Amino acid sequence: MTRAVTLVSYDEALARYEPVIGLETHVELGTVTKMFCGCPTVFGAQPNSAVCPVCLGLPGSLPVASRAAIEYTIRIGLALNCSIASWCRFARKNYFYPDMPKDFQISQYDEPLCTDGWLDIAVGEQRVRIGIERVHLEEDTGKSLHVGGATGRIHGADYSLVDYNRAGIPLVEVVTKPIPGTGALAPEVARAYVTELRELLRALSVSDVRMEEGSLRCDVNTSIAPAGAGSWGTRTETKNVNSLRSVERAVRFEIQRQAAVLDAGGKIMQETRHFHEDTGTTTAGRSKEEAQDYRYFPEPDLVPVAPSPQWVAQLRADLPELPAARRGRLQADWGLSDLDMTALRNADALDLVEQTVAAGASAADARKWWLGELARRANETGTELAALPVTPAQVARVTELVTSGTLNDKLARQVLDLIVAGEGEPDEIVAARGLAVVSDDSALTAAVDAAITGHPEIAAKIREGKTTAAGALVGAVMKATRGQADATRARELILQRLS
Amino acid sequence: MPITRDEVAHLARLSRLALSEAELDHFAGQLDVILTAVARVQEVAADGIPPMTHAVPVVNVFRDDVVVPSLPREVVLSQAPAAEQGRFRVPRILAED
Amino acid sequence: MSTARSTELTGLTAAQVAAAVAAGEVSAVEVTAAHLDRIAAVDSQVRAFLHVAADEALAAARAVDDRRAAGEPLGPLAGVPLALKDVFTTTDMPTTAGSRILEGWRPPYDATITRRLRRAGVVLLGKTNMDEFAMGSSTENSAFGPSHNPWDLARVPGGSSGGSAAAVTACEAPLAMGTDTGGSIRQPAAVCGIVGVKPTYGGSSRYGLIAFASSLDTPGPLARNVLDAALLHEAISGHDPRDSTSVDAPVPPVVAAARQADVAGLRVGVVTELGGEGYQPGVLARFGEAVELLESLGAKIVEVSCPHFTYALPAYYLIAPSECSSNLARFDAMRYGLRVGDDGSLSADEVMSLTRAAGFGPEVKRRIILGTYALSSGYYDAYYGKAQQVRTLICRDFDAAFEQVDVLVSPTTPTTAFAIGERADDPMAMYLADLCTIPSDLAGNAALSVPCGLAPEDGLPVGLQVMAPALGDDRLYRVAAAVEAALERRWGGPLLGQAKGLAAPPGRGEASGTGEAGGIGR
Repeated sequence: MTRAVTLVSYDEALARYEPVIGLETHVELGTVTKMFCGCPTVFGAQPNSAVCPVCLGLPGSLPVASRAAIEYTIRIGLALNCSIASWCRFARKNYFYPDMPKDFQISQYDEPLCTDGWLDIAVGEQRVRIGIERVHLEEDTGKSLHVGGATGRIHGADYSLVDYNRAGIPLVEVVTKPIPGTGALAPEVARAYVTELRELLRALSVSDVRMEEGSLRCDVNTSIAPAGAGSWGTRTETKNVNSLRSVERAVRFEIQRQAAVLDAGGKIMQETRHFHEDTGTTTAGRSKEEAQDYRYFPEPDLVPVAPSPQWVAQLRADLPELPAARRGRLQADWGLSDLDMTALRNADALDLVEQTVAAGASAADARKWWLGELARRANETGTELAALPVTPAQVARVTELVTSGTLNDKLARQVLDLIVAGEGEPDEIVAARGLAVVSDDSALTAAVDAAITGHPEIAAKIREGKTTAAGALVGAVMKATRGQADATRARELILQRLS
Repeated sequence: MPITRDEVAHLARLSRLALSEAELDHFAGQLDVILTAVARVQEVAADGIPPMTHAVPVVNVFRDDVVVPSLPREVVLSQAPAAEQGRFRVPRILAED
Repeated sequence: MSTARSTELTGLTAAQVAAAVAAGEVSAVEVTAAHLDRIAAVDSQVRAFLHVAADEALAAARAVDDRRAAGEPLGPLAGVPLALKDVFTTTDMPTTAGSRILEGWRPPYDATITRRLRRAGVVLLGKTNMDEFAMGSSTENSAFGPSHNPWDLARVPGGSSGGSAAAVTACEAPLAMGTDTGGSIRQPAAVCGIVGVKPTYGGSSRYGLIAFASSLDTPGPLARNVLDAALLHEAISGHDPRDSTSVDAPVPPVVAAARQADVAGLRVGVVTELGGEGYQPGVLARFGEAVELLESLGAKIVEVSCPHFTYALPAYYLIAPSECSSNLARFDAMRYGLRVGDDGSLSADEVMSLTRAAGFGPEVKRRIILGTYALSSGYYDAYYGKAQQVRTLICRDFDAAFEQVDVLVSPTTPTTAFAIGERADDPMAMYLADLCTIPSDLAGNAALSVPCGLAPEDGLPVGLQVMAPALGDDRLYRVAAAVEAALERRWGGPLLGQAKGLAAPPGRGEASGTGEAGGIGR
């Protein structure tokens, strides 16, 4: 699709239109086995090595629902403040597609397991409560490789190759209610929602939520309407949004594109669009003559799911501390401002700091090192903070050594550098390299005397009472001891000598 | 409510059946008769009557999250109309999913 | 083996075979060989079988003999040959469901029914013919040609389990498995003069049963007498964790009930709506006599009205096609089965459409289209949705009836076996064969057909249908066994003793002529 697309500038678009967004997120559950059979949920296995009559949809096969998958789904619903259905059924969603073994997908239609919840997110100072329409459970499809086309995509392919390993993996679909009123922040709100949802899912241990591996997939719905119109515009659905950044970019692009269409007097087509990572644009999918009629009906091969109140209560009681609550707790415990907290989250340092504190450091120290020296190292080497070869325990030990006086900041930095370089544990490095602060008086005295002797004019000033000049002599002592002197003690000794 | 030939053609497309013109004509007539007969269910007043689920009503039939051996790969692919690189080879797909 | 020996063995009941094998009077191999001989002798005319697995059967029989020789305990049906409807998956035999779209397909797994039979030491002789994907009442919808009624080869053996019924009737096997969705076990049994049972839905496993209508399909036994059917019923029944809809409750004591065979004090309800106009007079006559017989045996007869039964046929012909339109979608030429038109230029959709057009017969196509229509947005509430509500009302009719009576009775099907070709292109006429059997399928309760005589106008078999509440399968056998015993006393032997041609007990070409109106000339 090479036709140039007209766009209105973002600011202009927002000056005249109000966007409404919505997100449908598919989460591949991290259960051991598939939704309706005992095949393992593997990633990267040999094609078609994890299939059986059930997930291959062979004639005569029958599904049996996974208790674990249902449990995970209920927990997700509870964490999103949803109501849990007391009785619900699976339904068949009928359509033909080569990656669908049965040419219907077992899903949920008008009886989802969880409904009517919410998730709070923040964009800068702005807090938004995202309504959750529903959370339901379904099965994933197989995966196709398209052969013969230029880009490996469907268009222009000669044929396709299908692997059914993924078919039948449990998939949870989280659908938001429409999100109006975000104005120019719509793209950021979309991104913040997916970010928060992902953290939540991770905290629940229900999925490894890797967007790049496809265990978390987003479809973004966007519509715009003239400001003050009173009703919402036609929405488009954008697929193939494979990263948090893409979520934001897709919304932004669609707003601009739709504004241009409306400005030119056109109408927005209700359609599915495809997001292109490389260009940050969306293109229309193949247009269909009519909307898909999936001919939903209750799945006759399965019996209803009726979670007992006791079971739901137990799952609710066993929920882990959720990210928002945890952040609130940590922020209070550490006495941080909202700005400080945001800085930590943006640097992806929250977990690391928490673990470092747990290992004995103060929150202030932990923050200082992770957001300072270590963030700098990570940046230099182009790695993520969490990927640096230094552990919270090691950082905690280093801060402990500073507090106890064995190290000063400069030495601590050296020690951390050497840990990252792979030289071993903090104590080992200090011993091996002799990097400890020298506070033993006899060694210091020699250095102090040398400094005094070497700088008679400064010494004279101090004798006259200009104690501030001591700093220069302390500097000399530090230099002479390659930074290992205990600066405070050195200053004391200098003043003693010269008073 | 008679069912037209066009409707039959549409349904055939939906269900991936390449019917011949003769079949379309023939089926349209037959289906019209059948539909009229089955439409009799609408005579029954059924307000508030729940749809039937199962003969012996049961809920919550589940399986444990334990691996069961899958089929051997060769067996899986042995019945395929066409296979390549350990995958099922299928004709080109036109629609985006 | 001599013909005499062979015919002797193929005339035995399943119970007799099992006893003889267990006692060492005959080897399982001999029994199997005898039946293979019988198949070779008659099946070119009866055409009950799509696939005969001679080597595998003999090997299975040998295994039974080995176990017996080693002193291991044998189950109650060990060594008994059986004909398996080609709707159950078998790893060592093709499984076609009577369709071109699965011609030659070798399943990689056995159905649970198949496994249970093998484990019981039952010898699988082969796969029997059926209406394509179980849709039909005559086997004329089979892609491989119809089966023939051994009573009169120009007539249908019923359907969709027609091949199984014909095999048992012609003594090609003492036992057969069928499936019943709208009457597909009971109606063939009735028009062939044998016993056919539809157990409670979920009473046995559907895992490996190629689905037609998921909420209706029920595997069940066919046999030449009630006790044999009960033995097979018990062998296949029981909960299966692979089938979420299978019942997790003890199997009703059907064998004990078959032996009990006593109806004194039993309350029997005659369903008002299942009779009258449209029913062949001879069928109604024999049915009426069967009711009188029950009364004479001590049962209390009352008439019961089930008003919603008149909507059962329309409801069924909405629900079944709807479910089948979805169940048959998987036959898309992508993973197994027929593929047509893949010349590199056509798309997946086009290849799917061409394949399904070539691979499915007209009845299957009709039902797929009908089902697709009934589930369509805008039509769902009026058709499929409404039909499911009517189904609830039919259940309630049964519930109310079973407050008053222990079992219900009716003719199994309105007519005797019709001629091949007679209803082939008149779907509605064909559907009427299921009039009496459909209500039980919709409710999921238990029902059977037991022979109750020959219709005077054509000398063809008539079946008495007995219906019981869900999980009340044993009541069926109590009643059927009592009727069978009384009628056989009256006839001087089983109904098949009056048959001519291939339905006659092997070795006896002419009907004995005793009792009821004799068999049909040819």
